[in-house]
Amino acid sequence: MFRLSIQTRQALGRLTLPVLIAVAFGLMLIGKADTVLADRARMALADALSPIYVVLAEPLGKLRLALGEVTGLLSLRAENAQLRAENEQLRRWQSVALALDAENQRLKANLKWIPDPAPSFVSARVVADAGGVYAKAVLLAAGPNHDIHKGQIALDERGLVGRVTEVGARTARVLLLTDLNSRIPVILENSRAQAILVGTNGARPRLLYWQEGARPQEGERVVTSAEANAFPADLPVGTVHYSATNIPEVEPAAMLDRLEMVRIFDYGLNGIVPPETFRASADRRH
Amino acid sequence: MAAIDRKPGIRPRVTLGRRLDIAARRAFPVGCTVLLMLACETPFGFEDQAVLLPASTLGCVYFWTLFRPSAMPPPAVFLIGLLLDLLGYLPIGVGVLTLLAVHGVTIRWRRVLTRQRFVWVWCAFGVLATGAAVVTWAFDCLLSVRLLPLAPALFEAVLAIALYPAIAILFARAHRGVADPERA
Repeated sequence: MFRLSIQTRQALGRLTLPVLIAVAFGLMLIGKADTVLADRARMALADALSPIYVVLAEPLGKLRLALGEVTGLLSLRAENAQLRAENEQLRRWQSVALALDAENQRLKANLKWIPDPAPSFVSARVVADAGGVYAKAVLLAAGPNHDIHKGQIALDERGLVGRVTEVGARTARVLLLTDLNSRIPVILENSRAQAILVGTNGARPRLLYWQEGARPQEGERVVTSAEANAFPADLPVGTVHYSATNIPEVEPAAMLDRLEMVRIFDYGLNGIVPPETFRASADRRH
Repeated sequence: MAAIDRKPGIRPRVTLGRRLDIAARRAFPVGCTVLLMLACETPFGFEDQAVLLPASTLGCVYFWTLFRPSAMPPPAVFLIGLLLDLLGYLPIGVGVLTLLAVHGVTIRWRRVLTRQRFVWVWCAFGVLATGAAVVTWAFDCLLSVRLLPLAPALFEAVLAIALYPAIAILFARAHRGVADPERA
């Protein structure tokens, strides 16, 4: 061990903070120059921590369920009445849907329609919040031998959640459609007009660049568009809702703040993934 | 060479168990901060949960820098900042810089603040948390080359200020109890 005089030691002690601050600036430059490095470090950390998150998810889920039961008991009567009404309405819709489905099948048979291939999917549990102050994302525990790839599409039971942006050894990160960097090509269902859904970091993403003369209607359904080969057509995204400042926003169909399980669909699309990564993942699959 | 106990006075013999005890007490502030950070990441299911992580980290670093700087040295603050950047999806280096700045300012103010009542310590934290949130926002904007909304950063500061009493009460108890190396 070196023996340092008290003065030297004090001087060194005073130097630590400025040196570390300089290193912090250096880190910023490195992070800016090589973004892949930062992403890799994040996924490695997420992989290392995912067993802890998986263990914690069980009791937390039970706690949430118990809390839900307590609040559910309090509003039992009102909820029951509401559910009865909704059930009546849904029964009517079911008969309409069955009739339309039969008709659709008949028409497709007459047209000799080539059906779309059924996409394969895996279900994964949401174990952690992978967002930041300016990022909205969730972390999925995928198990060690998962088959999740970048660019695959996440849906919950009601609608579109987002896209897989980073994949680790046993985790995957899904960028939510509300994230600042999220841009999704959509179709307004009534007018069949194209638009872009832009995340704002808030609960409701905004609609931009719709075709002229096709202003989004309040309450109109919004579905994904197959444009740009990033999404399949007609996945439910949400409904149009005008904000107080008269800007058309979309209320997401998916329950983005209460995600527990999501399904990751493989539609075999490569619109947003650079060709070389897609080829690498395809090679790995064979 | 065996370490020679130079301090005058009578103390129990330095056995392995006691040494481990002292080490655990010394590591308590940093360990607790890291555990709290990991706990903030588990999904509780409320909106804007991502703000919880920087807010609570700020409170922890401020408290331990103020009341026991020997247990929260600059290298530890650096590592906590790096963890904050990685877990909180900030541009790498921003959290490190913010926490180091908070650490430096707190050390400066320490001589005055440790003698004040809790309300003044809290007020000083309010000023620091707001400053830290604005610095984080500014560097975030600079590194992503666009103007980000300031509201989430201010919400982070407000949440940090609101959380601080809870953190302070818990840690003040630990400071005099389980985390005190003198009690080993």
